[in-house]
Amino acid sequence: MSIINKTATEQLALLQSREITSVALTQAYLDRINQVDPAVGAFLRVESDTALTQAAEVDRKREAGESLGKLAGLPIAIKDILCTQNTPTTCGSKMLENFVPPYNATVVEKLFSADAVILGRTNMDEFAMGSSTENSAYHPTQNPWDTSRIPGGSSGGAAACIAADMAPLSIGTDTGGSIRQPAALCGCVGLKPTYGRVSRYGLIAFASSLDQIGPLARTVEDTALLMEVLAGHDSLDSTSVDTPVPPYSETVHQPLQNLRLGVVEQHFGKGIDPEIEGAVKQAIATYQSLGATIKNLEMPHADYGIATYYIIAPCEASSNLARYDGAHYGYRADQAEVAAELAEDGSDEGPLVRMYRKTRSEGFGSEVQRRIMLGTYALSEGYYDAFYLKALKVRRLIRQDYDNAFEQVDLIIGPVTANPAFVKGEKTSDPMTMYLEDLYTVTANLAGVAGISLPCGLTKNGLPIGLQLQAAAFQEEKLLRAAQMFQHATDFHLRRPELL
Amino acid sequence: MSLTRQDVEKVALLAKLKFDDDQLDRMTDHMIQIVEYVEKLSELNTQDVEPMAHALDIYNALAEDEPRPGLTREAALGNAPKSDEEYFRVPAVLGE
Repeated sequence: MSIINKTATEQLALLQSREITSVALTQAYLDRINQVDPAVGAFLRVESDTALTQAAEVDRKREAGESLGKLAGLPIAIKDILCTQNTPTTCGSKMLENFVPPYNATVVEKLFSADAVILGRTNMDEFAMGSSTENSAYHPTQNPWDTSRIPGGSSGGAAACIAADMAPLSIGTDTGGSIRQPAALCGCVGLKPTYGRVSRYGLIAFASSLDQIGPLARTVEDTALLMEVLAGHDSLDSTSVDTPVPPYSETVHQPLQNLRLGVVEQHFGKGIDPEIEGAVKQAIATYQSLGATIKNLEMPHADYGIATYYIIAPCEASSNLARYDGAHYGYRADQAEVAAELAEDGSDEGPLVRMYRKTRSEGFGSEVQRRIMLGTYALSEGYYDAFYLKALKVRRLIRQDYDNAFEQVDLIIGPVTANPAFVKGEKTSDPMTMYLEDLYTVTANLAGVAGISLPCGLTKNGLPIGLQLQAAAFQEEKLLRAAQMFQHATDFHLRRPELL
Repeated sequence: MSLTRQDVEKVALLAKLKFDDDQLDRMTDHMIQIVEYVEKLSELNTQDVEPMAHALDIYNALAEDEPRPGLTREAALGNAPKSDEEYFRVPAVLGE
């Protein structure tokens, strides 16, 4: 068994006992990336030189007996949406092709302080808008379980690199399901923390009231290890909450007694793939065998999640993305072309406004433009009350559904997606079918609660199936402990794609 | 309320985007489809519901008014498509 087939927790123990070096471990992953990433396309950029330099520095510190961080020597992949000083950060967009941030995201600082080794930047849907990673301006990512299929999105590269053993840990972001859905479709673990649990400072914003950064890994134990490093208050993010961070990696092995799980009827409504329904129901039975009790929950507004989300998220996006104006950073349309265009259509728009418009139309891909348009429309005069304000009110109703649910149960259990990974290109022409991919995941973002996706089976065609657990705000510890109970009792998380 | 091609063109101007004829047709079709879907919210009576803009009840997160290091001018201008030593450069605002 190769070192890269071990879990991050096992690798950390081997690093600590000096049975392996970080340089050797990092090199093993770089070799694996060289071998399989041409087929998967999980990475936008692999940073071999800086990774090996960081690894050598950790090895030196360990040799010298200096104090080391919690992830000392472990390689990690980062979604290309977190600003890293003097390192290109593109957000999967042509708009930021040449953007080199002048500062570090807080999460990046935390990874450096933890002595993690950054392998490179993973692919994503442009500005995190999408559910298949097909909206990347650079290249698509293939699902390691079947390379004719999508890995999910928007953190498709983050999930695919874990599934294909190209990194033991990775960082994603989740605005409507962008960690949990790709984790489900790629057969790994992905945690969307409570809104406010992880600092968003330096995260390139999509929808600021919904975005959260979270960990992906092969096992729940590894997810807990990384979550412990990411979580915590940050004075640079006024929405990060100052509440203590439990030692997730220590408590993760403690099973929960008298666990009460809630099942939402709408999660098994029309449209769910029978194999997914079967696997999730089997997982519920597994929890029952571990002593959990099951309660049916009423969440009457669950079916309104997508409609609410596709008003609120585009409104916030249209406002956040107004900053891409071709003046301060990022792409700018060619000045001579702007002048020629203005002369041609005899518009009195003026060169500055036309520069903005041409820059944004050339720099953004079609899905990003669609969401900016939707948001601008919903916020425009005469429509604000009917769309945005209405959506904010329904958001409250969705939150109340969760509050009521968590008075009765500890966790909500259900599917992550209605279907396994679909074939590339299948949903690109119809935005609404793509949006419905997030049916079971968006409500957690709207309510601001925590959710985790973990593998619970494979379809007959060998595609991963995800199980979703959701917990009340700041109950990540409970979520991780419950998820670990399942992984302790099953071996779905140990299965790997037959890739190369 | 049905969305027209003219509405979409007006929104594109507000959003500082620009579409050619084909793009405008496609965008109009997609927006009509999505707006029809989200109008499903009108089924719900929300008369006495407080809007919820945010998941957290955090108000006025204030920091001490203390100076701390910020970006240098050089770093702030470093990513500009066009700049001189002091300013971001843009096309003429009021004509040449």
